[in-house]
Amino acid sequence: MRQSVQEMIAQSKGKKNKQVLEKIIPVILFLIASVSVLTTIGIVLTLIFETVTFFTRVSISEFLFGTTWLPFSNKDAQFGIWPLILGTLKVTAIAIVVAVPIGISAAIYLSEYASESVRRVVKPVLEVLAGIPTIVYGFFALTFVTPVLQSFFPDIKIFNAISPGIVVGIMIIPMIASLSEDAMSSVPKQIREGALAMGSTKFEVAWKITVPAAMSGIVASVVLAVSRAIGETMIVSMAGGSTPRFDGDFAGSIQTMTAYIVQVSKGDAGYGTTIYYSIYAVGFTLFLFTMAMNLLAGYVSKRFREEY
Amino acid sequence: MRYIEQQQVVKRMNGRKIINSIFKGIFMLATLLALLALVILLYRIITQGAGHLSLDFLTNFASRFPEQAGIKAALVGSLWLMAVVAPTALILGVGSAIYLEEYAKRNRVTDFIRVNISNLAGVPSVVFGLLGLTIFVRALALGTSVLAAGFTMSLLILPVIIVASQEAIRSVPGELRDASLGMGATKWQTIVKIILPAAIPGILTGSILALSRAIGETAPLIVVGIPVIIQFLPSGVMDTFTALPMQIYDWSSRPQQEFQVVAAAGIIVLMAFLLFMNSIAVIIRNKFNKRY
Repeated sequence: MRQSVQEMIAQSKGKKNKQVLEKIIPVILFLIASVSVLTTIGIVLTLIFETVTFFTRVSISEFLFGTTWLPFSNKDAQFGIWPLILGTLKVTAIAIVVAVPIGISAAIYLSEYASESVRRVVKPVLEVLAGIPTIVYGFFALTFVTPVLQSFFPDIKIFNAISPGIVVGIMIIPMIASLSEDAMSSVPKQIREGALAMGSTKFEVAWKITVPAAMSGIVASVVLAVSRAIGETMIVSMAGGSTPRFDGDFAGSIQTMTAYIVQVSKGDAGYGTTIYYSIYAVGFTLFLFTMAMNLLAGYVSKRFREEY
Repeated sequence: MRYIEQQQVVKRMNGRKIINSIFKGIFMLATLLALLALVILLYRIITQGAGHLSLDFLTNFASRFPEQAGIKAALVGSLWLMAVVAPTALILGVGSAIYLEEYAKRNRVTDFIRVNISNLAGVPSVVFGLLGLTIFVRALALGTSVLAAGFTMSLLILPVIIVASQEAIRSVPGELRDASLGMGATKWQTIVKIILPAAIPGILTGSILALSRAIGETAPLIVVGIPVIIQFLPSGVMDTFTALPMQIYDWSSRPQQEFQVVAAAGIIVLMAFLLFMNSIAVIIRNKFNKRY
């Protein structure tokens, strides 16, 4: 028996389950894609709910304006967030001081000076730095960087803000270098060659042409790196210590927001205690900080982008 | 009258050239400094831990005595974790990417999903730990099981896998899609038989890199409440377990100096694990690169 093509098409269209499949698949895939949205909603709701429970026990004004963080005291536990924020800022500040000059210099070197073959080797090797687990960096900070620092500056304690700050800085170098290099490479070649043809040196091209043109991308990379440094957990809890303090001391033990969450999770603060809820309040604060940074990075790279 | 003072020009030019050389040196030095940090880090850990590496180290359980301490429970635990994370994250990640690239219309909902994914990638891992603790460990009562930790890790690396898969799917040439649809294939047939096979190398490379991040992550595991000292192997996804980074964290936070060596040996095992996975990613990338 011979069938015409038209009959075959009609027959094939008649197959019910195939048509049903074509209708169901998009729905299933949409549900899968909404998991990421549900995750965000889950994070926000979890943090808000548990933080609200926390605020039924500790006043909001104590949390927001208090400068003493003493959660483990039986008699007068105090929950003023500022010592933890200050600890986080200390580490972040040192990390930025280390990473911004090195990261941007490396980006300029790779995009303006290095030959293609050097770039093809150096860039992936730098990215290896980004792939090293933070636990390894923490171990490195504790067992190498701190002792080395102590041999130069005997005042530095075993746990301090400087050593984890430096190592967090090393960790975010590839992020700044790689994102800034991307921004600089996307500056059109003609502009660069025009400047070179007018007799500029490579440094003048980099400093007066490429860097200003790529500024939005460079700033965005730094802001993203700050966000990473604020959220970094293992390095600071291994090498930073667990002493929340409200002072300007970098050489002694500190505690960051992330390190506090780890300290409580390690111990067995029973479910339902004020300490248990406090990690959500701290986590929520941390979430707001990093979220603000990420939104700022997005804003900077969109608003100040130079279009060619 | 001369318009150009030759000597003046030469003098200024030399100054500018010197500045150029100085800054070239500084930029190069900064790059070398970053590479040096990597070399010192690897050198330190290998010289510290290599002495403790042995077959016993891989096959012993954790111990109070540093010379007997082994990494078996953590190694097997990490493999179990991967057994949950890999399928969960791949199904969710690739599914989302297919939806966004092939089905989603450009509207507010789609834009919202896209923005949400990039924001999710910026959430600190410790916050994902809090989510896992609340939803999986407590609300769904999974306890500190492989499943609870695996789901938490899957959500953590989900944004990375989605973005990598989207890029892989986007790089499949449009002509292939048009040809398949033109021959009368349905949309789903085209996706399964044409687009996915072409996009698989890119998807796998990105996913393996994301999975290796999940192996090294410590903070979410601590927050979820994964124990450290375990003298048995998990026999299913509902059992409790420990993982490589947890074990390393425990060893390195002990006061005895000997445990530092054990921790360094554990780090070598972890890094070897990561190196293995990354080389697979590189091999896949090289093998399937530039088919079109």
